[in-house]
Amino acid sequence: MPDPTTAPLVRARALTKSYGDFQAVRGIDIDVAPGEAFGFLGPNGAGKSSTMRMVAAVSPVTSGELRILGLDPATDGPQIRAQIGVCPQEDTLDTELTVRENLVVYGRYFGMSRQRCRQRADELLEFVHLADKAGGKITALSGGMKRRLTIARSLVNEPRLLLLDEPTTGLDPQARHVVWDQLYRLKQTGVTIVLTTHYMDEAEQLCDRLVVMDQGAIAAEGSPRTLIEAYSTREVAEIRMGVGDNAVAADKAEGLAERMEVLPDRILLYADSGDAVLEAVHARGIRPQSTLVRRSTLEDVFLRLTGRSLGE
Amino acid sequence: MTPPTPTPILGLRLTPMPLVRGGWTRVIERTFVVYRKAWLVFLTGMLEPLFYLLSIGVGLAALVPAFTLSDGTPIGYTAFIAPAMLAASAMNGAIFDSTYGVFFRLKYQKLYDVMLATPLRPRDIAVGEIVWSLGRGTVYSAAFVLIMVAMDLTSSWWTWLALPAAMLIGFAFAGMAMALTTFMRSWQDFEFVQLAIMPMFLFSATFYPLATYPEGLRLVVQATPLYQGVALERALTTGTVGVEAVGHVAYLVVMGVVGLRIAAHRIDTLLLR
Repeated sequence: MPDPTTAPLVRARALTKSYGDFQAVRGIDIDVAPGEAFGFLGPNGAGKSSTMRMVAAVSPVTSGELRILGLDPATDGPQIRAQIGVCPQEDTLDTELTVRENLVVYGRYFGMSRQRCRQRADELLEFVHLADKAGGKITALSGGMKRRLTIARSLVNEPRLLLLDEPTTGLDPQARHVVWDQLYRLKQTGVTIVLTTHYMDEAEQLCDRLVVMDQGAIAAEGSPRTLIEAYSTREVAEIRMGVGDNAVAADKAEGLAERMEVLPDRILLYADSGDAVLEAVHARGIRPQSTLVRRSTLEDVFLRLTGRSLGE
Repeated sequence: MTPPTPTPILGLRLTPMPLVRGGWTRVIERTFVVYRKAWLVFLTGMLEPLFYLLSIGVGLAALVPAFTLSDGTPIGYTAFIAPAMLAASAMNGAIFDSTYGVFFRLKYQKLYDVMLATPLRPRDIAVGEIVWSLGRGTVYSAAFVLIMVAMDLTSSWWTWLALPAAMLIGFAFAGMAMALTTFMRSWQDFEFVQLAIMPMFLFSATFYPLATYPEGLRLVVQATPLYQGVALERALTTGTVGVEAVGHVAYLVVMGVVGLRIAAHRIDTLLLR
């Protein structure tokens, strides 16, 4: 019997998922350790949500091996689902119930006692700062509140593993920060989190370790810091030229940086010192309309790995 | 500001959560919480068959002379159509719950997706929905049977089986309607449901005896599920029960069970992809 404190909560080997002829997940290997915050970073259509649905035991595996909490979703689906919390990408709150009823009724789906459900609902409403909305309608909540309530709902059964699919997509920046704060606090309490995101800042803030997914496969794996170190330089100099001047400027700037990416609206120059590169750019007579020096992010890692930006 | 609650938000539970037994009861419990706030809607459902009974049974019956059943029993027109109204309202209630309601929860509200993310299974959803629909129909049918008895429209002790018979009709139509709903693509498809219900309601020997039809047409009418329900109810409330009743019951049981199985299977293939 594996040690329950260190055995991976999610373990996948050569995992695939196909819908008809379309292969959404093309053989991935994953191990999520207890207490870890693990992320899938990638653009829409990378296979993140398909993977999450399999991990949530609501989508049968096409081939490969998958174990969640040591159980096989093909045979132990209900047992797995009883011990995990799921926060889906779309808001799926029950609009025919009040805010508090959403939590109480959801707890009942898990077979929890009425009293325990009510107690849990009150604790969680407090946790996500919605106690004053307890008797209110779902339709009266803002997008950020709905997301927080959905997160609260995913915690009703005291899950060992929390799955969050695009937890802040569609939220305004302020609401995103509130959600991040709450997820960060959850992480501090030791819960194992698996999340998908196409926001690099979200992945950097929340994930201890992540995989970059592209077209159904894992392109790279590591902590945000190790990925940036491995696939990018310390700094990036961005230069914006006038419309149509990109190609000419790119030719002139050849060899100035370790690596160069020409995007439709700007040129990225990768180097350990962005300022030094900008000086060299000016020395070659390139006159950008604007410049920016910043640290490398996961966006740059993604660009390097796939030749495309994460985008929306 | 209250200090943070001492109870941990996350229990790092190492013992497995016990499985939900009778998960379907949790599905019904949710519906119950919803209806608790809409009890008026619940009550008005009882009025429709009653209005039919009063308008056709009392109004129209004044113009129709009493006649005799095929076995020679004399019967008033109201007493003749009342069991048919009972069967038709059991059908209507079951179909309404299991088509529009189920379609909304399946495609728009995503309620079943939410339920399937918990230990609940497709079968729990199908059974829970149908049992609820059945429970609601039973309340209406019971009221209807009591009114029939009070209006002296029944002539047999068999009448007390009219209620279980109405429940069976409800089960049969709820099962089949839910199964069909899982194949619906949009609200427009429900026109087909109306297209099936309306003629069934009008032509299933509801308002006049089956003997009115020529032989060939009679077989067509007899093949419809509502005819089976009407014939069963009429036999019970008029005390003309024969061996054919066994056939009616068997027909309705098979229809409900098959519908239920298809519905559960379809929810599985639609949502657990």
